[in-house]
Amino acid sequence: MKVQINPGLCQGHGRCYDLAPGLFRDDDEGYGQVLSDGAVPPEAERDARLAALNCPERAVELLEER
Amino acid sequence: MAVDDRFAFQAQETGEDEVPGTRSEIITGPVTDWATDFSHLEPEWSADPYPIQDDLRQRCPIARTERFGGAWLPTRYEDVAAIAYDTEHFSSRSIILSNFRPPRELAPIGGSPPISSDPPFHHEARKLLLPAFTKKTVARCEPATRAFCHSLIDSLAGRDVVDAAHDYAQHIPVRVIADMLGFPPEDGPQFREFVEDLLEGINLPPDDRIERVSRLFDYLLAQVHDHLDRPRDDLTTYLINAELYGRKLDPSVVTGAMALLLIAGIDTSWSAIGASLWHLAKTPGDRERLVAEPGLLPTAMEEFLRVYAPVTMARLVKQDLHWHGVDMKAEDWILLSFPAANRDPAQFDQAGEVVIDREVNRHAAFGLGIHRCVGSHLARMELRVALEVWLERIPAFALDDPGGVTWSAGQIRGPRTLPLRIG
Repeated sequence: MKVQINPGLCQGHGRCYDLAPGLFRDDDEGYGQVLSDGAVPPEAERDARLAALNCPERAVELLEER
Repeated sequence: MAVDDRFAFQAQETGEDEVPGTRSEIITGPVTDWATDFSHLEPEWSADPYPIQDDLRQRCPIARTERFGGAWLPTRYEDVAAIAYDTEHFSSRSIILSNFRPPRELAPIGGSPPISSDPPFHHEARKLLLPAFTKKTVARCEPATRAFCHSLIDSLAGRDVVDAAHDYAQHIPVRVIADMLGFPPEDGPQFREFVEDLLEGINLPPDDRIERVSRLFDYLLAQVHDHLDRPRDDLTTYLINAELYGRKLDPSVVTGAMALLLIAGIDTSWSAIGASLWHLAKTPGDRERLVAEPGLLPTAMEEFLRVYAPVTMARLVKQDLHWHGVDMKAEDWILLSFPAANRDPAQFDQAGEVVIDREVNRHAAFGLGIHRCVGSHLARMELRVALEVWLERIPAFALDDPGGVTWSAGQIRGPRTLPLRIG
């Protein structure tokens, strides 16, 4: 699984870095940023889903690999 | 140092001249039908707006009123979101619905940028404020906020019944925002009056309201001068020195932004803290669970924000338009109810229930789109710390007199009298 943030939608609510601080951080204006390359280790998949499901702007996207 | 002559004018230089804008007839009194005559200023709405909103969402999802010179009230999440995102058709020129519409030329800046601004100015003005309100920046205020909350609880010692809205919740955002702006903490009671002047009393004669607003701006201008004389590390000095498009800000932008931070930062957080305590006081199961599981508080807090969202915004329709089945006219108001959106069953399971362990909670308490509340990280910090300290110090409490709870009128909703038995 990978995560990404659509910067055109993100408004800096910060739900992603609140709920999944291992995957996201904020920039100097509070907008969400993906840490590293966005690869989600298996133990962090639940956090990634929570971040995506709680983003008010639907800016957090999950890319699931099979 | 050169004198900063941007602020050399007198605040009351408009004198007795009539402020330009459009005034509409003030209509008050009981609502005949909420679908065609709604008013968020009537006591029935203040006491409990949710059954009204739920009923409208079913039978007339975009309600109308001829009061305030004409306004619409969408109650579905989908419609509220669509308007929040559509800055092309809906202006933020005035975000408090009243009987006075400021002149159209006020756009795109508006009276209190950036909340009152439209693109493209909005983006630049907002960019100035964002760094001061990130989660990291506001975390620096947390130790002082926590200590202040403890001192408020200390001051309740020996009392069996306290007013949690008046004696606790209201003081927290007042102190925090005064510290951030660098205003004297002893001016706190005055801020309360400014907030009431702007956010309540909407149906007072417009010229009365303008007079009250000018009192606020007189105060802000005095603070600007004090900061020009004695610059310090706070938001006021920051705004005085900030540059936009390579130039220092117009004085009206500086004081407008200060007004916004002062007004928007107080009633809102006060309401959120008070409503959360009100819920816990009347719901022993939730209170006991949060005392036993403090780690659940961040999740529970989001649910309180969803179900008791304090903030409703307003927009003005830019041009006549047919929108989602209704014919809107230019200059019609939109009452943009995030609280109504947050209780739409099409968006939330058990929308009318308070589920303190709700894990998926895509609520809109802080708005949606470009006007997302700039203070949301500060508000969340204040709410979390206020509830943590209260639950730690006063784990057992209950409503003393359920009938004695009163709620604010207008677009910011929260308890203003909250008698709790704590001893």
